[in-house]
Amino acid sequence: MAGLLAPLRTPRGLIVALILLVFAVLPLLTQAFDQRYLLSIGTRIVIWSIAAISLNMILGYGGLVSFGHAVFFGIGGYAVGILAANGLQSGWLQWPVAIAASVLWAALVGALSLRTRGVYFIMITLAFAQLVYYVSAGLEAYGADDGLNISRSRFDGLIDLRDKASFYWLCFVLLLGTLWFCGRFANSRFGFVLRGAKSNDQRMMALGFPVFRYRLAAFTLSGAFGGLAGILLANEGAYVSPAMMSWVKSGDLIVIVVLGGMGTLFGPLYGTIAFFVLEESLKPLLDLVHKGWGEYWQIVFGPMLVLIALYARGGIDSLLGRRHG
Amino acid sequence: MVEPLLRTDRLVKRFGGLVATDTVSIDVRPGEIHALIGPNGAGKTTLVSQLTGNLAPDAGTIHFAGRDVTRLPTHARVRLGLARSFQITSVLREFTALENVALAVQAHAGHSFRFLADVRRDETLRAPARQGLDAVGLGARADTLASALSHGEQRQLEIAMALAGDPKLLLLDEPMAGMGGEESQRMIGFLQALKGKRAILLIEHDMDAVFQLADRITVLVYGRAIASGTPDEIRANTEVRQAYLGDETAEVA
Repeated sequence: MAGLLAPLRTPRGLIVALILLVFAVLPLLTQAFDQRYLLSIGTRIVIWSIAAISLNMILGYGGLVSFGHAVFFGIGGYAVGILAANGLQSGWLQWPVAIAASVLWAALVGALSLRTRGVYFIMITLAFAQLVYYVSAGLEAYGADDGLNISRSRFDGLIDLRDKASFYWLCFVLLLGTLWFCGRFANSRFGFVLRGAKSNDQRMMALGFPVFRYRLAAFTLSGAFGGLAGILLANEGAYVSPAMMSWVKSGDLIVIVVLGGMGTLFGPLYGTIAFFVLEESLKPLLDLVHKGWGEYWQIVFGPMLVLIALYARGGIDSLLGRRHG
Repeated sequence: MVEPLLRTDRLVKRFGGLVATDTVSIDVRPGEIHALIGPNGAGKTTLVSQLTGNLAPDAGTIHFAGRDVTRLPTHARVRLGLARSFQITSVLREFTALENVALAVQAHAGHSFRFLADVRRDETLRAPARQGLDAVGLGARADTLASALSHGEQRQLEIAMALAGDPKLLLLDEPMAGMGGEESQRMIGFLQALKGKRAILLIEHDMDAVFQLADRITVLVYGRAIASGTPDEIRANTEVRQAYLGDETAEVA
């Protein structure tokens, strides 16, 4: 028990504990203050956090700048949506199919893109994501550009995803699971190989590691968790559309990971919270200054990012003091 | 005649019109230190890169431990027991000295598709890593980040990493580069102690070190092996004197 409470003795540990505590009771808070809208934002923060953590696995720990990660929102989402539109409502079917589709796509894209480096890798991952984007926009049977309204996955007798609080808690538990896995992963043999390859891949190969295989496995793993986030996002809005996986969303995910702190366990969580809180607060603030300006909130957000890039290279995580271990 | 551990047969590597490796046939026998010397641009590092699998030769073959490894990727050659150190220090700067060697141990401990167990408490990796650091005299620096080690210490760390997998052959690309006199002497002593236990292909500019350590020397000039033999034979070789050694032979002798 003492070991479990030890992290609370540092400011960093306290902040994490506080954030997770607020997240754990969020539906109770929003109900008490009658702020339903906030629960919806909270749910999206949790889902985006899962996606950001999954991107951080390859971007933060692997140093692989994938510029197409939102494609997994789309693949996870559309797998659920297309099955639902064909009358297959069971989550027990939808979810494994969606994860399997994400894994397959990640393996295929990874096998081709990981043979390149730097800017080529960025462009190839973007190109593959755009490919899926345009295919989804061309699916006339499934709403094409307009997207597709769906009913939520059914886990009969277990949980009703139409209940906002239940759905939120499911997302939260999955976020905890993702965090737990990522924490173990980062310090496992696999994680060390991935991080070593980020540090110096020539050296890792000379040590005898087939670096490509480990990167491919990481890319695939990352896709699986990204697909999970896609499943949740589709269920959150009861809607899927090509816009879920536009390249802008992929960019947002990179921004979130960099903002929060690449290669740190809780960085993606901080980044997602900061991103959503800034978006939700800058919009009305700017609208207050001049009606219609809220749409351009990124004019303020952009310079903030530049400052982070210049003065806090480790992102928000680095502002919380030195890390231990 | 002992079967050589490493053997190249008429190896050729061209870069455009430049022949960087010109039909080179050399071999390294078990337990011997074979030094590769030659002026800058002689193609020493190009040759090493082909031995490690970083460059593919245009012609010729490489045999290692009884197998044709000409087409094998780097990691597979390492598995067979061929380890290297780099001319320009190459360590994992964001990791501690101990973690660097532990990763080298890990590379030889089966696959690393293990996602959950904490590697920082894995004594099967850390104990041999600690021994490896002790062996090169870095025991006290185990928990220091590699980037914070002095240049000489980083070179020592490289040797510890190369030795971690208990390789049959060490390719040492200028292990004394940038070292002070005292550090060099310590490294020479360390390599001397390895002699007989492990085959070493040594690429080195420091002629004192080469003539102290080597059982055999091959001289590379413009990609061609112009001479090969014992240190005494190389010293006496007039072609070598003209092409490369010049006055340095006088100092050594």
